[in-house]
Amino acid sequence: MKELNSKIPAGPLAEKWTNYKAHQNLVNPANKRKLDIIVIGTGLAGASAAASFGEMGFNVKVFCIQDSPRRAHSIAAQGGINAAKNYPNDGDSVYRLFYDTIKGGDYRAREANVYRLAELSNNIIDQCVAQGVPFAREYGGLLANRSFGGAQVSRTFYARGQTGQQLLLGAYSALSKEVERGTVKMYPRREMMDVVLVDGRARGVIMRNLVTGELERYAAHAVVIASGGYGRVFFLSTNAMSSNGSAEWQAYKKGAMMANPCFTQIHPTCIPVHGSYQSKLTLMSESLRNDGRIWVPKKKEDAEKLAKGQIKAKDIAEENRDYYLERRYPAFGNLVPRDVASRAAKERCDAGFGVNNTGLAVYLDFKEAIDRLGQKVVEEKYGNLFEMYERITDDDPYKTPMMIYPAVHYTMGGLWVDYELQTTIPGLFAAGEANFSDHGANRLGASALMQGLSDGYFILPYTMQNYLADQIGVPRFQTNTKEFDEAEKQIREKINKLMAINGKQTVDSIHRRLGLIMWNKVGMARNEAGLKEAIEEIKALRKEFWQDVKVPPQSSGMNNELEKALRVADFLEMGELMARDALMRNESCGGHFREEFQTPDGEAMRNDAEYSFVAAYEYQGPDKEPVLYKEELKFENVEVKQRNYK
Amino acid sequence: MKLTLKIWRQKNNIDKGQFVTYNVDNIPEEASFLEMLDILNEGLVVKGEDPVTFDHDCREGICGACGLYINGHPHGKFKNTTTCQLHMRKFKDGDTITIEPWRSEAFPIIKDLMVDRSALDRLIQAGGYVSVRTGGVPDANAIPISKHDADLSMDAASCIGCGACVATCKNGSAMLFVSAKFSQLALLPQGQVETYERVQKMVARMDELGFGNCSNTYACMAECPKGISVTNIARMNRQFLAAKIAEPLKK
Repeated sequence: MKELNSKIPAGPLAEKWTNYKAHQNLVNPANKRKLDIIVIGTGLAGASAAASFGEMGFNVKVFCIQDSPRRAHSIAAQGGINAAKNYPNDGDSVYRLFYDTIKGGDYRAREANVYRLAELSNNIIDQCVAQGVPFAREYGGLLANRSFGGAQVSRTFYARGQTGQQLLLGAYSALSKEVERGTVKMYPRREMMDVVLVDGRARGVIMRNLVTGELERYAAHAVVIASGGYGRVFFLSTNAMSSNGSAEWQAYKKGAMMANPCFTQIHPTCIPVHGSYQSKLTLMSESLRNDGRIWVPKKKEDAEKLAKGQIKAKDIAEENRDYYLERRYPAFGNLVPRDVASRAAKERCDAGFGVNNTGLAVYLDFKEAIDRLGQKVVEEKYGNLFEMYERITDDDPYKTPMMIYPAVHYTMGGLWVDYELQTTIPGLFAAGEANFSDHGANRLGASALMQGLSDGYFILPYTMQNYLADQIGVPRFQTNTKEFDEAEKQIREKINKLMAINGKQTVDSIHRRLGLIMWNKVGMARNEAGLKEAIEEIKALRKEFWQDVKVPPQSSGMNNELEKALRVADFLEMGELMARDALMRNESCGGHFREEFQTPDGEAMRNDAEYSFVAAYEYQGPDKEPVLYKEELKFENVEVKQRNYK
Repeated sequence: MKLTLKIWRQKNNIDKGQFVTYNVDNIPEEASFLEMLDILNEGLVVKGEDPVTFDHDCREGICGACGLYINGHPHGKFKNTTTCQLHMRKFKDGDTITIEPWRSEAFPIIKDLMVDRSALDRLIQAGGYVSVRTGGVPDANAIPISKHDADLSMDAASCIGCGACVATCKNGSAMLFVSAKFSQLALLPQGQVETYERVQKMVARMDELGFGNCSNTYACMAECPKGISVTNIARMNRQFLAAKIAEPLKK
């Protein structure tokens, strides 16, 4: 049995990170030049880490799956980034941001990590402004803030509806600076196939060059996985088409543990599904909930008429509208956290009050805001989102309410890491959405950008040095060793096996079926029977995949179908682990809602006595049940309470 | 919808390439342009043929990965729209649609509709950044910036780096792309410190990489999916001249 040691520094909460930095080991500049670091992924976490390592003097190799690091999916984040600056003077503080994040995560995250995140949030804003990120400003020239889902203070910094884009371009510019200086070497259009271990430490990777199809070997003293989340296991999600969980999954199969894999965030405000050919879902920023009011009809017959297209939203009188979030949660209203808002929408639609022909949509109405603020102000705040909505749906949200429905958006689970962001494999680190560390069972809005950048700019540069300090005597690695040979051989065998099946079903058709199993049984509401069925169905589908998938050979080395097949092969294994984890956790918390565990009025019911732990799974081999490790969560600085947004 | 697609197929950069005609049927009006291609590709895979290769990722108009020349326009003829945001309801049943890759000296074709745009990364590497390191920076509110300038900077920063401006320019110029990054930084005090050096380095890199010159046809602005303005080019030209006089870079 491995030991899970979270390595949380001693001392009072507010001094832990300071203490860590005071006592960590350092690497002198002459030695940094002799040490190599590999970074997988160029989103906020990967790009910021790679740029910072380069500045420090390490040799960095960074890989991205797209044609340019600037395309990583962090770019699609719309709403903003939280920080405890308290510029608006509304009572915010580091402690309050920490508290809100712990509470928002339904008390399933580590206190020490979350506190550090809140502490570093202010540095991130300073850093980004210095880089030239054009955040929104007030007329006086100072930075503007807005409030964002689940918070009672205005602590969110934003750049129109394109905050992720601007922060990513900031990190990309820092990365570009280091590429020009020669400290970072950039490898685009590469996908990680495996981590290579030498004497139990991560010492390199095998990459697939997506243009030539060749397998390439790279060695280093340490490896960082910053490859994002695995939400595409659901097929339909707000993730980009190339987002996948394979880098994490290969690390898991090599001995790193996966933590809380069932904690998935279903975002409440997405454009509803409209057809079976659909490739992805589009998010409408949560900031819309600041001014939009969510409702469905009070009367079922109105919902039926809406579904048939006999009436429109405007035909339903005010008194016949059910503003169900305002009704159920008078204190927070439309601003309840994402998990709560998503479940409430599902509850109304399941009860037959959905407002479109599929019955799976609710209204997000701006009429009151337009009357109150005027169309011009609404346009200034949300113009680009309204435009995006109209483009996709052909409906004008200034005139008729938007239709929205929850969709898979983010995975809180990920590789288990200690306080240093190191996995259970020495020398293998995980950052950003790829790790599990800060969001517990539910992530608050505007916290993903904050976590990605704090991991990359401000945590890894310290903890990586601490790891590498005793590696200075280790010479550069060659890649012509038996460990690399063996890893490459296994990948070749897997690829050959996939290509040889020559079955009848396309990769996408199987992926879609997996997505449906996941959405229906491991989605917004889960129960014991459904999860058990899901496990069996996924196993059967996996078998079918390996017998009947069609991956045609291509005329050149590039093979998109093979790329997708390799990812789906992993999703077919991850889905099962997610279902197992959801089945193990006999409680409801955050994004994990087990129907058996709810209060009489339908709220999530946690079981702190038995489940106040991080579930970390260790791989045991193909088709074998993984071993569960538990990291107990201790709360010494917050009082653990049932979340209440009423 | 029933459509006839004339798609440029090219195995690799050495292959000559040609148009191949495909007929597709049952395309839903609500589908996006890329989903229409997904449907075509699914059919090709079942038949054991090479699917059409194209770049795409976020499919919500922000990553800049997608970019097809559709009926003679980059991203199609509609204003402020990326290829992934173009929906089939904008076409008519029975239409013939011609689909080509970006064609420009600086963007070699990799396969079919996919091109190599790494030259755009090289341009940013020449100076599209403020040379600050992680940490040790002043408080974010230490430098007030007028809302007007911050907004203009944000307008310029909205560039998604898709390369449509280069593809549509008869000279294959990257002036709109470079001037957008230049302007974002030049409009902010943080970026002004390095303005003269930045403008000269980025322009020199542009020449080095084989991009053409700007002859003010404004085709780039007309086709830019994010509506980036040519006033950025004017701003960069002014600063370039000033830099050449005030602080020319040593060769």
